[in-house]
Amino acid sequence: MNNSVEIKNLDLEFGAVKVLQNLNLEIGKGEFLVLLGSSGCGKSTLLNCIAGLLDVTAGQIHIKGNNVTWAEPSERGIGMVFQSYALYPQMTVEGNLSFGLKNAKLPKDEIAARIKRAAEILQIEPLLKRKPAALSGGQRQRVAIGRALVRDVDVFLFDEPLSNLDAKLRADLRVEIKRLHQNLQNTMIYVTHDQIEAMTLADRIAIMRGGKIMQLGSPDEIYGRPINKYVAGFIGSPSMNFLEGHLTGDTFEVGDVSIPMAGYDFANGGAANGAATLGIRPEHVVTGELVGNAPFQADVTVDLIEPMGSDTVVDCQFAGARFRLRMDGQARVTVGDTIRLGLDPSRASLFDKDTELRL
Amino acid sequence: MVDVTPDALAGPQGPKPRKTFSRRNIFLYGTLIMVALYYALPLYVMIITSMKGMPEIRLGNVFSPPVEITFAPWVKAWSEACTGLTCEGLSTGFWNSVRITIPSVIASIAIASVNGYALANWKFKGADAFFTILIFGAFIPYQVMLYPIVIMLREMGLYGSLSGLVIVHTIFGMPILTLLFRNYFTSLPEELFKAARVDGAGFWGIYFRIMLPMSVPIFTVAVILQVTGIWNDFLFGVVYTRPESYPMTVALNNIVNSTQGVKEYNVNMAATIITGLVPLTIYFVSGKLFVRGIAAGAVKG
Amino acid sequence: MSSERPSQLFRNKSAKIAAIPMIVTALFVFVGGTAWTIVYSFTKSGLLPRLRWVGLDQYERLWSTNRWLVSIENLIIYGLCMLVLVFVIGFILAALIDQKIRFENTIRTVILYPYALSFVVTGLVWQWILNPEFGIESIIQAWGWDSFAFDPLYNADIAIFGVLIAGLWQGSGLVMVLMLAGLRGIDQEVWKAARVDGIPAWKTYIFIVIPMMRPVFITTLVLVVTGIVKIYDLIVAQTGGGPGISTEVPAKYVYDMMFQANNLGQGFAASTMMLLTVALVVIPWAILEFGGSKNRG
Repeated sequence: MNNSVEIKNLDLEFGAVKVLQNLNLEIGKGEFLVLLGSSGCGKSTLLNCIAGLLDVTAGQIHIKGNNVTWAEPSERGIGMVFQSYALYPQMTVEGNLSFGLKNAKLPKDEIAARIKRAAEILQIEPLLKRKPAALSGGQRQRVAIGRALVRDVDVFLFDEPLSNLDAKLRADLRVEIKRLHQNLQNTMIYVTHDQIEAMTLADRIAIMRGGKIMQLGSPDEIYGRPINKYVAGFIGSPSMNFLEGHLTGDTFEVGDVSIPMAGYDFANGGAANGAATLGIRPEHVVTGELVGNAPFQADVTVDLIEPMGSDTVVDCQFAGARFRLRMDGQARVTVGDTIRLGLDPSRASLFDKDTELRL
Repeated sequence: MVDVTPDALAGPQGPKPRKTFSRRNIFLYGTLIMVALYYALPLYVMIITSMKGMPEIRLGNVFSPPVEITFAPWVKAWSEACTGLTCEGLSTGFWNSVRITIPSVIASIAIASVNGYALANWKFKGADAFFTILIFGAFIPYQVMLYPIVIMLREMGLYGSLSGLVIVHTIFGMPILTLLFRNYFTSLPEELFKAARVDGAGFWGIYFRIMLPMSVPIFTVAVILQVTGIWNDFLFGVVYTRPESYPMTVALNNIVNSTQGVKEYNVNMAATIITGLVPLTIYFVSGKLFVRGIAAGAVKG
Repeated sequence: MSSERPSQLFRNKSAKIAAIPMIVTALFVFVGGTAWTIVYSFTKSGLLPRLRWVGLDQYERLWSTNRWLVSIENLIIYGLCMLVLVFVIGFILAALIDQKIRFENTIRTVILYPYALSFVVTGLVWQWILNPEFGIESIIQAWGWDSFAFDPLYNADIAIFGVLIAGLWQGSGLVMVLMLAGLRGIDQEVWKAARVDGIPAWKTYIFIVIPMMRPVFITTLVLVVTGIVKIYDLIVAQTGGGPGISTEVPAKYVYDMMFQANNLGQGFAASTMMLLTVALVVIPWAILEFGGSKNRG
């Protein structure tokens, strides 16, 4: 069996509330899967089910080919890292790493060897004799990862591990987790609400909403071909522009503007007529010299400018709606300027107005 | 996504089977039921004893339910039971307790809430020092301050009077209540206070128009805390009042432990339960707020 | 706020006026009253306080009075038993209630209600239940165990344990509530981490959860100890100090000396000793709790 973790027809109910509904998911060996969604979407709940910390209502969970649906968390061959670190505060770092192993009655030298290895990998050797209170947030989270590491398991579960850290540390530790995955080649399941973490870390992302997986795919697919309007709006910052209009044949009409959709890769083979939403990412709008090559061009007036250093986000009115586009940070624009923008339909997304599904 | 039909699932699936009568549950609920019975027993004994006649008490045991229910002991406890000196039952004590409790609760809460507000929002030099003394004062055994207060009250001409006892309750309620209110007012957003100051409101204006309306829950907690505490007080009652103004707890003790005459256990238990009725009612009605009060009293500032 | 600016007597006038009751109480009653009592404990005050110095005479007499020694012995026995049992019972009950049980509110309500009652009520009801003629002893004898003897309120040797039963009944609910609050304050992820590590529940309690609850334990300890030292009403109501002097306690000694034996000096000396006992517990706690507060994150 090539899959490391398999989730089959999983349901979870708290009383009358259905938290997870008929969920199926297969995670390959060595894969880094990110569960992404806003709070309350069921992503952490799913992770807790995989860990065995929550009893499922129906369905099965397999880890490494074993049906572990009824198994205790410690018997499932998983290690878990929590948002609050959940270190044992009265024990030293070494105590934290060894407590579970001692309890499992592992030989002393084996414990020492595992701690040494984990400490080396995570570079926490100088901290082993300290207590968690004497560590910084980043160091604590490293120890928490170490506690999962010493368990010598194939599947790592991360429950929003970086959410309690400040922005800079979060970026640093993100890279380290990625490096850890590259070195260890373990299966990792990672829950987050931060799309940057998801995009940078994942082999595949599962976007969740209302207890269901909306889209499962590589970061590229999720970003480039979002399956519905929700996913399209959720991924990307600043978020995608949506124009409400009408699709007739190969032309998308919004107000008095007609945008030719030639070159757009329709999901179901051909164009469909009817009310539709056109989604264009701000970074896919071209300006300046590049406009000449764009299949569609228009003039807009600049309403608001948000310089962000590396690039500048410009707000304007286009086809009767608020429209944002991203320009190079060097571009010199001022409020009131008229600029010419260009759109490439092949990089845009079209959604049905009613079902919000990708066309 | 592959949709697997339910038949395709073999082996364990769904929730882990648990027996309702697992050993863990039998132990857990068994223990809790035993414990609950132990705690409930005295209340049960009080009630049934107070409803038996004396002959029945002499024949039976304390746990057997009454054969013939009678309310005569309640009537006697309320209006006729003897304390050794007089025979007017608990009613005098009850009304004394009411006359002590109401002004004490109002005075102590009014003073402590303004105090807590001043400490939280209008810090002045030395305020924290006085507050620290006050909090440490809460730990000083009352016995140490009993006599100095006797002298103070005597100087003021209030020794033995109900108003003297009201002052004593106000003083000893101050540490915990001030802490309670200070912590509560500190937890309110400071911007609110600043905005009111910018709008030109003064010390009392902010207190009455902004703080008070936002503090109904904490005032409720304080009232519960004080009513039960003051109603249940025995020591201050016996030290600072005269027999004619004894509060209910002292009257109860004098009735039950008076050495004269035959012991009427049913009357004694009726008197006991009548005395406990006020705090018990508050407790059962207020529930969570009562718990919040004692937790607030216990948690450090 | 204003404390950084040069202090003026009339800045913050209303706040200062509002704080007058607190200042008067703190200075005159708590500090002044305590100092007064300590000072007069070195005098030969009888019916009325008089400044006739006798040095440590009152204390010498106190420590050679049998009744005081019995009071102290009782306080130690009652205190130690109470302390151990109230913590064990309170914690175990809290842990049981924390198991996501049904009827949690009902059970909590039943365990805590004695705390709402006064000590007088508590003492009287247990006096009745422990009555050997009608109470527990007579019932068990009636069941056929004729030689069964459990009459703590009539047997001087074990009388203090009769008081202990009542004290535990009244006070353990409070400890349970505080412990339960402490347990609920523990990060749930720590429990999850321990489960993933395969630590059994009892080990998680002993090695992880209880050490994490240290602040709650300390606060509860201070509350329980100060409560034990103050114990008075329960004794008066349940045993009146008897049989004989077998359940006398320091607080009762103080009251009787001051208000019945017209021996104020003894009362002052005895109450000063009580203050000393409380100080031995409260001062280390205060240093621990507030002295080190700068290190706390």
